[in-house]
Order: sequence, then structure tokens, then C-alpha cells
Amino acid sequence: MKSSVITFPGSNCDRDMDVALTKFGFKNKMVWHNDLELPKSDLIVLPGGFSYGDYLRCGSMASKSKIMNSVINFAKSGGLVMGICNGFQILVEAGLVPGVLLRNKYLQFICKNVHVKVDNKENTFFKNLDKKVLEFHIAHNEGNYFCTNDQLKEIEDNNQIAIYYCDQNGNTNDQINPNGSIKNIAGIFNKEKNVLGMMPHPERMIDESLSGEDGSIFFKNLLNNIK
Amino acid sequence: MKVSAVITLKKDVLDPQGKVIHETLDGMGFNSVNEVRQGKYFEIDVKENDPKKAKSLVEDMCKKLLANLVIENYKIIETQ
Repeated sequence: MKSSVITFPGSNCDRDMDVALTKFGFKNKMVWHNDLELPKSDLIVLPGGFSYGDYLRCGSMASKSKIMNSVINFAKSGGLVMGICNGFQILVEAGLVPGVLLRNKYLQFICKNVHVKVDNKENTFFKNLDKKVLEFHIAHNEGNYFCTNDQLKEIEDNNQIAIYYCDQNGNTNDQINPNGSIKNIAGIFNKEKNVLGMMPHPERMIDESLSGEDGSIFFKNLLNNIK
Repeated sequence: MKVSAVITLKKDVLDPQGKVIHETLDGMGFNSVNEVRQGKYFEIDVKENDPKKAKSLVEDMCKKLLANLVIENYKIIETQ
């Protein structure tokens, strides 16, 4: 299976993502934001970081990069696209997933492990996953998911919420919400569920001795689903 | 020609920075503040001398990049 990770100026999780994808069997290529064409890929990943120094709005400049025309076409033709953290911000700015990511509610940069509940398994990203609650890492200043009431209704009607912030038992409530996101949303899909944006970093949880293994579970499952 | 645009957050969007500024102003003794909302201001010098065209150019920029219309409104405030 082939994957591509896009590097924007200021991306800093691109190589972590490369390590993770390669570890679990993807043949990964790094793609520069100024390129026009994507290599043949089964999965495109927009990595975390601070593209363009978060100028204007996080992800806004990167969403207009040259390579993004190809990424948008790839997504619109059904290709799998995943945006993590800043990659999620780029996806919302590109209009590939609905909503926006605002500054965290309490104005603090948050860097910690969180639990997320996977509710929707009728998609390539989470199909057959045998765990309902995963422990991932978050590190962001603008992860407060927001959308209009009309958008929220549409997102819920189409089952587009991918993961929720929760406690280790899978309970979602305000106390466990790290950044003020509407409905504890940590990740969402586009309508067709081939595009996933999420704030947590699965690529930081792929080594038992360093972190945890829930990222490994996610990537192994993803590879099996794409095969 | 210079065109200025102001981007403001929509009414229902949480503005924690505005809130903190408000609280700080309160702490400084400015007790008459009802609310503070923080926004962005752009001065754009465009290669266009027709005010109407210059304005519509900047309006297009606001729609496509400068503002995110899910959470923000834009207003072209002056041309000179």
C-alpha cells in the first residue's frame, strides 16, 4: 500500500508520520507542498505542525498550496485523505471537512495524552477496530472544534463525527473536554467518509516503551482496511 | 489604491481573547465595558485605480483567504 505525506513549510510531524506509516507496512513518499502532482497513493496524509507559522488562521495558507489542488481532486474522487492536528486545520480551511478549529477555550497550549471514543466504524479508517476507546496524544493551541448549528445538524445526520474526547471508560462530558470543542468532537469525516480530520496524533503512540500502542492498533487496522 | 478591510468574529463565536482583554480592562479600572471582540485589520495596496474594482478585488480576497466565513464577517471600510 502506498502513502504520501505532504510537507508544508513549518510542518513538524511529517517525519514522525513517515516513520509510523513505514513501520506498519506502507510504502511512503514525502511530497513537497510546491509540487503539482501527487505520486500514486492509496492514502494522503497532511501532517501536524505549524504550517506558515500559523499566520492569518492555522492552516489557511497551506490550504492554498499548489499541491492542495491535487489533494482536493484526489479526495473528491474518493481517495483516502487524513489530516492530523495542523493537517486537520488545513482540511477545514480547504473545505474538505466542515467547520473550523478555534483557539482553545482556556487559551492554553495543550500537550497531553487523551482518550478518544470511536463511535463510527462504518468507514475505512476505523472499520474492524476492536477497541472502542483509544489513548492518543494532543498538542495544540487551536483545537476547539466549532461549526454552525445547521452544519452540526448535517454532521450528526450524516454520522460524520469520527471521534470524541472521553475518559478512559468512554464517557464524554464537559470535564473531559480539553479545548472546548462542540460535543467533545476530536475528529470528523467529510460526508463520504473518505476524508478524516482529527486533532490527536496516532503517530505518537506507536512504541510501547516510549508512549503506548494505541497508534499501532490504529495504523495496523488502517493498513488492513486499505489492502 | 489602498483598500482596508476589517474581519470580525460572528456574534455567536466564542472569543476567549476578547474576554481576557475585557477582564484586563476591568482590572485596570475601565469598568464601563460591556464586551470586547477582537478582530483583524488589513491594509491592501492594489494595482488598481478604479475604487469600485479595487473594492471588489479585496472583497474577493476576503471571501477566499482573509476571512473564514464560517466564523468571521468582513467589511471593506475605506479606499484611498
